[in-house]
Amino acid sequence: METLLQQIVNGLVVGSVYALVALGYTMVYGILGLINFAHGEVVMIGALTALQTLLILMGVAPDMAPLLKLAIAVLVAMPVCMILGFLMERLAYRRLRGAPRLAPLITAIGMSFLLQTLAMIIWGRNYHTFPQLISTAPMQPIPGVFVTPVQVAIVIVSALVMAGLILLVTKTRLGRAMRATAENHRVAALMGVDTNAIIALTFVIGAGLAAVAGVMFASNYGIAHYAMGFMPGLKAFTAAVLGGIGNLGGAMLGGIVLGLVEAVGAGYIETMTFGFLNSSYQDIFAFVILGIVLIFRPTGLLGERVSDRA
Amino acid sequence: MNELIEAVPYLGKRNPRLTKWLIIILALVAPLIAAYFGRSWMRILDFALLYMMLALGLNLVVGFAGLLDLGYIAFYAVGAYTWAFLASPHFGVHMPFWIVLPLGAAFAALAGIILGFPVLRLRGDYLAIVTLGFGEIVRIFMNNLNHPVNITNGPQGINALDSLNLFGWNLSQSLTIGDFKIHYLYLYYYFFLLCVIGSIVFIKRLQISRVGRAWAAMRDDELAAKAIGINVRNMKLLAFSLGATFGGVAGGLFGSFQGFVSPESFSLMESIAVLTMVVFGGMGNIAGAIVGALALTALPEILRNIALPVQEALFGTVILDPEVLRMLLLSLAMILMMLLRPAGLVPAHARYSRPELLKGGA
Repeated sequence: METLLQQIVNGLVVGSVYALVALGYTMVYGILGLINFAHGEVVMIGALTALQTLLILMGVAPDMAPLLKLAIAVLVAMPVCMILGFLMERLAYRRLRGAPRLAPLITAIGMSFLLQTLAMIIWGRNYHTFPQLISTAPMQPIPGVFVTPVQVAIVIVSALVMAGLILLVTKTRLGRAMRATAENHRVAALMGVDTNAIIALTFVIGAGLAAVAGVMFASNYGIAHYAMGFMPGLKAFTAAVLGGIGNLGGAMLGGIVLGLVEAVGAGYIETMTFGFLNSSYQDIFAFVILGIVLIFRPTGLLGERVSDRA
Repeated sequence: MNELIEAVPYLGKRNPRLTKWLIIILALVAPLIAAYFGRSWMRILDFALLYMMLALGLNLVVGFAGLLDLGYIAFYAVGAYTWAFLASPHFGVHMPFWIVLPLGAAFAALAGIILGFPVLRLRGDYLAIVTLGFGEIVRIFMNNLNHPVNITNGPQGINALDSLNLFGWNLSQSLTIGDFKIHYLYLYYYFFLLCVIGSIVFIKRLQISRVGRAWAAMRDDELAAKAIGINVRNMKLLAFSLGATFGGVAGGLFGSFQGFVSPESFSLMESIAVLTMVVFGGMGNIAGAIVGALALTALPEILRNIALPVQEALFGTVILDPEVLRMLLLSLAMILMMLLRPAGLVPAHARYSRPELLKGGA
């Protein structure tokens, strides 16, 4: 029982990070019908920029309060990623809007590997330790189940960020323009929406969320390196599809569900398969779920059917 | 062949016959030229031929049938591991190549069908992600199937694979005719060259066959293809399994040539590399796949030889190591090619079974 509860806690934490990243995928997909393959790499750039900022801060002002340092690091990482997101859209994807369907996807894959390579050049191939600025001393709210303050912080922050995003999209003028553009570019443009700006903004917001998610990821595992974004990126995409791609609520639900399935699955896979498979197969869950969802319910949990749209 | 001739700038249009002979002679003497620059270049040439086979196979799936497959390297892995299981001391089985190679191809084709069935209904980007997942699953299994029963030997891979033995003639030993010694890299080169030529002929015939035309129709408009009576499901499965077959054969040859296999050789990066070759050369086009494979195998090596000394001269140390350069080159090639020349170096022509009818009509 403790194992199950413990895995549920871990799953919730990882799942809320997936949810944040999945939002970036789902927003871009909703508006452009493009899988922004490089989104996972934005997460990585966010984490590494934050790490760099922290290292500098520790050198310049070692006495600063740890929370303030972390806040500054996030505030540096977010604009960096936002600029990156903007540049990606402006320099590559915008030019390919009318192109045959494979072209933007191939470009996005190239972009993903380009960013990984650049990060490898800047930060090297090694794993870096990410400073633990929020305590990692485990608490035991229920005997046998460990929760660290970092994990609590991750869940709370991602819930706040997601609530903010939902408010932005549903309550503001800007959000209405975004929804209109997602519904139909041309009609939105006729209604006076600057669709190019809205599309760019979608990339920027998604990249900002990714930066936050990157810092969370690095804090949760205590490490950062150049390839850290790829797998979470794929899983977040899976989460977006699971929830119904193009649907904000779906992305959040999908992220949490995927995190839970993965954590609980990894905890029990060894007993389930009589010791044949072990937790090193954890990464398989996401892909198997993706396959199953796309085959049996391509609409995802909360979405409309989109798998035919290419 | 004609496409390849036309791809040669200037001379190709002026004097196709001369160009044709030039290409043939070049293909035959290439290893001699490479040998002049050193053994490593001969190995690179051999690898270029393997990549050509892969690019040809992937081109079948992506270029002809329009199914973006990001897990293609998994079939290469199936072929290579089949060789490793059936022709190495790992299980103590040493079967001859004419059993192992077809078996590897068959397993790869089977894997292609296994992948193909569930993803039949998916299109475009979804298909890409699921195939990517398939590739990753295969790699994860290769990495972890050393426990509790040791099947793949995990991340260490399998060593001492049998080399190619053509009915008693071992390709990994230099051939001696009188005083004349032919290095084994030459033997592999010509054997691989034969395989590539065989593949080209096969694919060429396939492209203008009923199947090839059905694929083109399906790629251009699936609904219309269905409406004129093409069995889209079977055609997709056929594309996956035939493409995979090429991957499987190339994988087996790779295993025999390299002498060892490990999951590292079958990473996602390799799938992407092969895809870049197809895209760079020009999708849906045999000459494109060949040019792309040759260019993107040779370019990183040339860069390695130029960039490293230049960096040392300029900065005193090596800042960008060759592997980083290769990734940089591949990713930039992919992005820039899509932005500037989406049809690739050698753009595909629309093909018709009877072009003379079209000319008459127009």
